[in-house]
Amino acid sequence: MSTGYRSPSFLRDSWRIARKDLRIEFRTRSGFLSASVFALLSVAIFRFSWDPTAVRSLDLAPGVLWVIFTFSGLLGLNRSFGVEHADRAMDALLASPVSREAIFAGKALGNLVFVLGVQALALPTVALFFGLPLGPGWLAVVAVAVLAAIGLVAVGTLFSAIASNTRLAEMLLPMLALPFFVPVLIPAAQATAAMLAERPLADAVPWLKILGAFDIVFVAACTVAFPFTLEE
Amino acid sequence: MTTASRVAPTPSAVPALPAVDWLLAGSLLAVVGVVVRALLYTPADAALGDVQRIFYVHVPSAILGMYVACTVMAICGGLYLWLKDQRLDRIAEASAEVGFVFLTVVLVTGSIWGKSSWGTYWAWEPRLTSALFLWFVVLSYLVLRDALENPETKARLSAVLGVLALLLVPFIHMTVYLFRGLHPEPIVLKPSKPSLSPEMLSTFLLAIVAFSLLFFALIRVRYQWAAARDARLALEQA
Repeated sequence: MSTGYRSPSFLRDSWRIARKDLRIEFRTRSGFLSASVFALLSVAIFRFSWDPTAVRSLDLAPGVLWVIFTFSGLLGLNRSFGVEHADRAMDALLASPVSREAIFAGKALGNLVFVLGVQALALPTVALFFGLPLGPGWLAVVAVAVLAAIGLVAVGTLFSAIASNTRLAEMLLPMLALPFFVPVLIPAAQATAAMLAERPLADAVPWLKILGAFDIVFVAACTVAFPFTLEE
Repeated sequence: MTTASRVAPTPSAVPALPAVDWLLAGSLLAVVGVVVRALLYTPADAALGDVQRIFYVHVPSAILGMYVACTVMAICGGLYLWLKDQRLDRIAEASAEVGFVFLTVVLVTGSIWGKSSWGTYWAWEPRLTSALFLWFVVLSYLVLRDALENPETKARLSAVLGVLALLLVPFIHMTVYLFRGLHPEPIVLKPSKPSLSPEMLSTFLLAIVAFSLLFFALIRVRYQWAAARDARLALEQA
């Protein structure tokens, strides 16, 4: 069943599901609000947990940025499938003539918009509070953020589906997802550091390659794996 | 569905576990023998001294825990998703648990060696970091299994995680290797001649054999235990 039906309009189906999730999010604003407040609070807390005379802002900022992105992203991912379990909405979603892969793509797309939204808020905040120099490097930082968000969201959406089947849902998601975030977080933070310090692009290229490869492999693998996380 | 009939185990008598597992007993004896040989009958390394002997435990555990256990876990998971045969899930479960024990041994023996040779129990060095994250991945696999109650859901979801874990390993490897390392390079499987003395090499090869025996004996015991548990569960539900 899981692979038997292929919708001719895969993209349209997934966009419809993403739009549904985003509309719920837009009307309730609970997830985005809590993730944004969490991100802003973290910026302030991280700033005070280091001695500013010992660690330069420029060295601290990339790590802070990526820790914030990860954890605020997890807040949003937790809701992704939790929202479908209320009132057994998942059953209706599965009964609809939409392929399982399109459901995954839709969910992931919705989560991607969510994560990018939080990033759009957190990036300028970190730049402001850490007094980072504004330069052409920022364009590249935005590109890294998008590249990393794709990988985080693909893996996170799949694990959100897995974790929502368990009693521990919210507790389990970070445990499952964080080891998989390592090859995204380290390259993203390293590439961000290289760009903020205006080091030559060649310094960041090996990290960007890992990010790109991770996105390709895990977007494909998670899309293929997703139907197996659903009950027949 | 054709899978449903294969998934549901037919109620049968719970298989009795042997009082003494001779393969396990034999492999434990072999490990003791290798340890004795490594401590008493193998020369110490000229530069590293006696602490180098930990290598006869550390390296076989690393090979079995990092490579063999994780590969078996992932391949059996992938095959389970395809064939829906509960035996494959039991093998995956067994190799994850045994692999976790071996990975823990790797981390502990590595730390002891590191304290003596590097002066610190832990260094954020590529191989250590890889092993640590692999340890976390296997741990989360075991926690996921524990958090699921329905045997079919447990097998299916953990199989997905197992397969993805195998895809993750090369990425973790690449990522942590972009940092420079201070771990000694492999000295047995390097293209030129192994730089071990003949006695050291034979002790090392015997250690690989002994630990492999132990590894498979433990998986076998764990598998039999899981089969007995599933059979009992099927009887209770029948």
